[in-house]
Amino acid sequence: MTPAEDVLLSVDGLDVDLPGRTGGRVKVLEDVTFEVPRGRVVGIVGESGSGKTMLLRALMGILPDGAERDWRRVLLRGEDVTRTLARRRLPAAMVFQDPMTSFNPLVRIGGHLAEVAQRFQKVGRRQAQGLAREALIAVRIPDPDRVLSRYPHELSGGMRQRAMIAMALLAQPELLLADEPTTALDATIQAQILALLRTLQAERSLTVLIVTHDLGVVAAVCDDVMVMKDGRIVESGEVERVFAEPQHPYTRELLDAAPPAPAELAAPASAEEKGAGA
Amino acid sequence: MSDLRQAPGRDGGPAPDLVEVRGLVKTFPQRNAWGRTTGTTRAVDGVDLSIRRGETLAVVGESGSGKSTLGRCILQMDEPTSGTVTYEGVDLTALPRARRAPYHRSMQVIFQDPFSSLNPHRTALQNVMEPLAVLAPDSDPRARAIEALAAVGIDGDAVNRRPRAFSGGQRQRIVIARAIAVRPGFVVCDEPLSALDMSIQAQVTDLLLRLQRELALTYLFISHDLSVVREIAIRTAVMNRGRIVELGPTAQVFAAPQHPYTRHLLDAALSTDPVQARRRLQRISTRPEPVGLEPDGTALAEVAPGHFVLR
Amino acid sequence: MTTTGTTPNVAAVVDATTLVHRTRSFRSVSALLAVAFLVIVGAVALIAPLLPLDPTTTDLAIRWQPPSAAHWFGTDELGRDYFSRVVYGGRISLTVGILAMAAATAIGVIVGLIAGYAGGRVDDALMRFVDFLSSIPWMVLVIVASVFLKPGLWTIIFVIGVFSWMATARLVRAETLTLRERAFVRYAKYIGVRRELVMWRHVVPDAAPTIIVAATASISTAILTESALSFLGLGIQPPMASWGSLLETAQGSLQTAPYLALIPGILILLTVLSFNVLGDALRQSVSEGGAS
Repeated sequence: MTPAEDVLLSVDGLDVDLPGRTGGRVKVLEDVTFEVPRGRVVGIVGESGSGKTMLLRALMGILPDGAERDWRRVLLRGEDVTRTLARRRLPAAMVFQDPMTSFNPLVRIGGHLAEVAQRFQKVGRRQAQGLAREALIAVRIPDPDRVLSRYPHELSGGMRQRAMIAMALLAQPELLLADEPTTALDATIQAQILALLRTLQAERSLTVLIVTHDLGVVAAVCDDVMVMKDGRIVESGEVERVFAEPQHPYTRELLDAAPPAPAELAAPASAEEKGAGA
Repeated sequence: MSDLRQAPGRDGGPAPDLVEVRGLVKTFPQRNAWGRTTGTTRAVDGVDLSIRRGETLAVVGESGSGKSTLGRCILQMDEPTSGTVTYEGVDLTALPRARRAPYHRSMQVIFQDPFSSLNPHRTALQNVMEPLAVLAPDSDPRARAIEALAAVGIDGDAVNRRPRAFSGGQRQRIVIARAIAVRPGFVVCDEPLSALDMSIQAQVTDLLLRLQRELALTYLFISHDLSVVREIAIRTAVMNRGRIVELGPTAQVFAAPQHPYTRHLLDAALSTDPVQARRRLQRISTRPEPVGLEPDGTALAEVAPGHFVLR
Repeated sequence: MTTTGTTPNVAAVVDATTLVHRTRSFRSVSALLAVAFLVIVGAVALIAPLLPLDPTTTDLAIRWQPPSAAHWFGTDELGRDYFSRVVYGGRISLTVGILAMAAATAIGVIVGLIAGYAGGRVDDALMRFVDFLSSIPWMVLVIVASVFLKPGLWTIIFVIGVFSWMATARLVRAETLTLRERAFVRYAKYIGVRRELVMWRHVVPDAAPTIIVAATASISTAILTESALSFLGLGIQPPMASWGSLLETAQGSLQTAPYLALIPGILILLTVLSFNVLGDALRQSVSEGGAS
């Protein structure tokens, strides 16, 4: 158990249910309890239907219409905020999977960023534009002025994702939530974005929660991991320990199903024996 | 240009190459916001390829590499801008559209997204029967469809349900059943596993391999996921910006990649061993923007038997 | 309907009995009320000839009588039983609405499907034609048509039907443009399914929600347009009456017998409202049923 001051967020007994297709309610999260230590990168991994995305949405308060959220206790920096969370949000910002649908196609990147800066940092327009430019530099975009004046569809997938991360940073969050941030990107860009998240986390002492279905992402970037199945957390712990000695059968199943990365293996005979069919 | 073909069968039997692609080019007009044409994109920029009977040839690349377009052009789903595609010795590009029907029975396709690959208003059985009804109307479409669905593990009353009653993995099986029901010889698999959960991917991969053995199929396997390709492909072609930059036996291409782009791709694949993965990520994040990845050679040179690199 | 496995026929979806069976998809009371209202009005209009109604007998002694037990809606300026007049007027208004809608929707769907599916020059040509028709002031079209055709029931159905399909065509074309790119549509084309069959089997079912919305908007427009035209004297001619022409006649008696205008006016309002609510509920239930 981590000492209380080192825990940024502690959630106890989170339940979420949604209206079902044919009436009735469907439980998407059941008795979810976890702690997020400050300054760590935590991966939430599971397959589709495990509830991992709903967990992030529940924390941010952006559940779909008709959803009901209920928890026993929520502690933020040790302070009990269970009842106040309905009014006040967590100091968190979220990065979504598909940057294309998270941006207004009619507004330039500069406009998006400045709006967030103005709203969260309570500054005027001119200052907001300066902050926007700095945010783009922070996410290692080489030509920030050019990108500020571009529309979202004019950027590549990787650049858009960086812009979205910049937008999240402008809200000065303590907690960065990322929902499948690299799933829609090519492998090479994915690696760059993950490296960026790690760097930012170190520079700004952020705490990061990454939801993903890809164990490779968890292995590369996360300190701790929570494995989810059917709305419950089945296993959690430090990444090295969980990956080396998985306790829960489902975790073992996931690790077994993940094919080993291609460059690791010695000359394989399996391709020939499996593939030849004529 | 080096000759990628093997010599034809010795007794004059069928050539070992099922599909031959020569100089394939596919361009798309670029339109600006007003609909005016401002230029062309070369999605496929001169590809030569032979696919041998019975093999699984993988085409890997990132988005925008042209691999999916290449697959569609080989099938003649999209008309190639120039170049030829030969199937069983017949030049498909020279055939008028009306005469291509028998080849569409022989050359089938499996798409990426199981959700939009099937008509949601029709049952699994009806979806699988559709190609049979058009391409093999004299056989018993219903019986053959039921047979195909059983081969992928969907039988009994389930065949009368609509796609929304099935999971993603099951839907992909239905798509596979639809492709094999007409007894094709050649199947283009366009990212068939990308939309599936990892545990389901393994099952579907096994299914594809089993069907290949049982039905003597030849696969063109398009993917961006290198680890899957390693499991399933005998030969691999690496595409970048519409051109093939490396081609050879999968094991060799992965163990001893010759082209810088191939190395770049292999590097980016993350492993599930945390120590390895972190080391690799560290290396990627500290190195400068990679250069020399543009496919600007002129021809594929043979560097080892069957292993070609664009130089 | 779904157990036989045939694609949902758009016309069948409008079948009232099926709607009642789909009550589970109706999320609001208003939808049920709308259906109830339309069923009642429709039923009364349908069986009108079998009812003891008398819309034609005039009796100047009892004109302008307010609603009473003997005459539920009172009497009009010629002493005719207004309830009977309104019922028969409803028959006409609903007939015009439904038939005009059917014509407009049929033309609009066909044009929209062909334009969206074929693309290229065919699409350009058809859309320019749609633009051309849309740019002519509607009233001018109607008046010119009325000059050449004898005013009456069929004329008005023709005029409304033939000159209001453009909106539907645009909607359906937009839907078709998106739907034709989906994987299963492209597959059907690849294996050589006949073009018309691809459109009917693979595109129309998912365009159905849009078509339904367009159709119900169409009915509402048709009824309102007919009312307007009859009100202006260009539509239904006496001795036939529609709610619109009743409104026109009632103008003269607004001071003495306001109910003569109120009753048909309220009925038009409620009918149009009900069709809109119904259309929305139908759209929801069809798109839930079909979408994967």
